[in-house]
Amino acid sequence: MSGSPTAEWPLWEVFVRPGRGLSHVHAGSLHAADAEMALGNARDLYTRRGEGVSIWVVASTDIHASSPDEKDSLFDPAADKPYRHPTFYTASEGVPNL
Amino acid sequence: MHGDHAPATSAGPAGPAEPSASGQSSFDRVIAGDGRIEPRDEMPDDYRKSLIRQISQHAHSEIIGMQPEGNWITRAPSLHRKAILMAKVQDEAGHGLYLYSAAETLGASREDMMQALLAGKARYSSIFNYPTPTWADIGAIGWLVDGAAICNQVPLCRASYGPYARAMIRICKEESFHQRQGFEILLTLSRGTPAQHELAQEAVNRWYAPSLMMFGPPDADSPNSAKSMAWKIKRFSNDELRQRFVDMLVPQAQALGLTLPDPDLRWNAERGHYDFGELDWSEFKAVLAGQGQCNVQRVEHRRRAHTEGAWVREAAMAHAAKKAARQQQSARGAA
Ligand SMILES: [Fe+2]
Ligand SMILES: [Fe+2]
Repeated sequence: MSGSPTAEWPLWEVFVRPGRGLSHVHAGSLHAADAEMALGNARDLYTRRGEGVSIWVVASTDIHASSPDEKDSLFDPAADKPYRHPTFYTASEGVPNL
Repeated sequence: MHGDHAPATSAGPAGPAEPSASGQSSFDRVIAGDGRIEPRDEMPDDYRKSLIRQISQHAHSEIIGMQPEGNWITRAPSLHRKAILMAKVQDEAGHGLYLYSAAETLGASREDMMQALLAGKARYSSIFNYPTPTWADIGAIGWLVDGAAICNQVPLCRASYGPYARAMIRICKEESFHQRQGFEILLTLSRGTPAQHELAQEAVNRWYAPSLMMFGPPDADSPNSAKSMAWKIKRFSNDELRQRFVDMLVPQAQALGLTLPDPDLRWNAERGHYDFGELDWSEFKAVLAGQGQCNVQRVEHRRRAHTEGAWVREAAMAHAAKKAARQQQSARGAA
């Protein structure tokens, strides 16, 4: 039934720019034989109702991601630096335009 | 590691490892806090398996669900209706694809899911094993079947698994057009000649009870529901959703000038809901067990489409490989 064992079409991640002035946002993924087909499929799959003005496709194997295991070491240091936020500074309260 | 789609092989033949104690407690914390589990978070094996089962069955339903309506594309009564029906059926293909890729983020392989469907081993919603003998059935499917699907799917937009919830948000946005176009088909027929009105009524008579059964067996006979609700995949029980659906249908049927085929249907002021009659679950079970009018035909058709498309998939891969080799060669030449 499945005939000769064809390699499965590789997986691509699709990023869509919803409008001019906005960044591309991850929309989902799809299978396609190559980048050109991935773009065509992404258009049919993720922008049937004017959801975007531009599409990026990236081979899923080319995405490198931080590991959830390193979450603490990567992101926790930011948690104890409240002085990076303007709300940390109260001396200027009541002073206009500051 | 590659983003949300870890290569399927990375989990090894034994499947993803059980989460460590700390992984389990962080999973519990996220669920308790009504947060979202994302693909590479640790999660209990049961949670992963049950999601893969639910999402792939859902994807198969969308794909098989194209057939009863696709049956009418060439015979739609006008070019206008034909264009609408094609757009709707195309959406259903899209829904299937969003869901397959959500299942892939859990380590399921597309190829395995497809093969399970083709081999007749995978389940899909039994509603699609009913035939569509008249054009009015297309209206009834849009109004009742897509309507029930929306009722089921809106709460899934808050499912605890991120990729599933995101796919559901996209799907729900598209579904409302499906239900409205079905309603419009029925309304047009209902206001047409007496024969057209009759056609609409008969279609509603055919699809009403099966659409109520789309919510699954009564809560008492639905052993997996409790677990799924504890994991916050499901937010409401089968019976709660069914009641909600019936309550919505009654005024809509009135607007259509059609009746719902249930003599026990009546407003219960005490409950603030409509009471409705017992459903024939033996029929549901028979259809699920493969005795529906179209079970064999649906899988057979999918298998044929898959086999006949094999050369296209192979040619595309061969073309891509050739193009890549040519690019590599010219890059080497330029160096
Ligand atoms: Fe759908
Ligand atoms: Fe739909």
